[in-house]
Amino acid sequence: MNVIFQTWSWYISGFLIGMIMLALIYLGKSFGMSSNLRSLCSMAGLGKQVAFFNFDWKAQRWNLVVVLGAMLGGFVAVHFMSDASNVTINPQTISQLAALGIDAPNGKLVPDALFGNSILESPKSIFILLIGGILIGFGSRYAGGCTSGHAISGLSNLQIPSLKAVIGFFIGGLIMAHLLLPLIVK
Amino acid sequence: MKNIVKYLLVGFIFGIVLTKSEAVSWYRIYEMFHFQSFHMYGIISVAILTGIIGIQIIKRNNIKDIKGESIEIPDKEKGSARYWIGGLFFGLGWALVGSCPGPIFILLGAGFWTVLIVLFGALVGTYLYGLLKSKLPH
Repeated sequence: MNVIFQTWSWYISGFLIGMIMLALIYLGKSFGMSSNLRSLCSMAGLGKQVAFFNFDWKAQRWNLVVVLGAMLGGFVAVHFMSDASNVTINPQTISQLAALGIDAPNGKLVPDALFGNSILESPKSIFILLIGGILIGFGSRYAGGCTSGHAISGLSNLQIPSLKAVIGFFIGGLIMAHLLLPLIVK
Repeated sequence: MKNIVKYLLVGFIFGIVLTKSEAVSWYRIYEMFHFQSFHMYGIISVAILTGIIGIQIIKRNNIKDIKGESIEIPDKEKGSARYWIGGLFFGLGWALVGSCPGPIFILLGAGFWTVLIVLFGALVGTYLYGLLKSKLPH
């Protein structure tokens, strides 16, 4: 039973993610999560204002069902398949985070300092999550995909554009993690 | 209805795998960008390797999809600017809030309500791209 509750190994997890992408190809679809953001914008009626959202989102309903399943999966995994040993990160990372005032995981998936309910009292914390979201939404649509669409699907199909996007992801990530995050969080 | 069950199941497994592998964890993304663990690199590499092998098998054996139609995986559009610049923006957001679009939904499902702010931001960002698309280099 331990196998279920402990952190899943990178090789099992990576293999399963690859198989999920292949399963969607077998079902005649493709693996890409950020497209759902565009569908949601279209569902909200933004197609009347901006041509980019004027498309047949109903043809993408299957992907919204995948997302719904993913949400259920997240619920089950967090509430019924977790234990305190989870998210055992590098002790060096923990002390580095402590210096930034960010709490250690102790089994939690996300830090309270950034995602706890108390952040709702801090305009700065709300702003951090909002800006992060805007960058993710803008960047993934500009690049035409995110981690699932480019890093997994695109690189699996040996696409050079996806390689450019993934290198871009990492350059942006390194700039944020090393240079900007310490300034923002402090 | 049968289709809904298939997609729901694929998504369900995806949600469980991403949570149990901790790819949805802000900590794991921070650790990855600081090169303090192999975990995330291992996950991404094995996923791609599995995908490359699977797609090669599909292509070389002309495997048909579930409806019996041949599988065509469209190439990504040619170009550079959109991939480099868009990728850079995405990376900045990924490392800040520690989640990409899949994990945003998974964390919400798991009950991390403050992630709603991230989702709202992501929708605003998507809208901004739609609005500015014609003015941006691609």
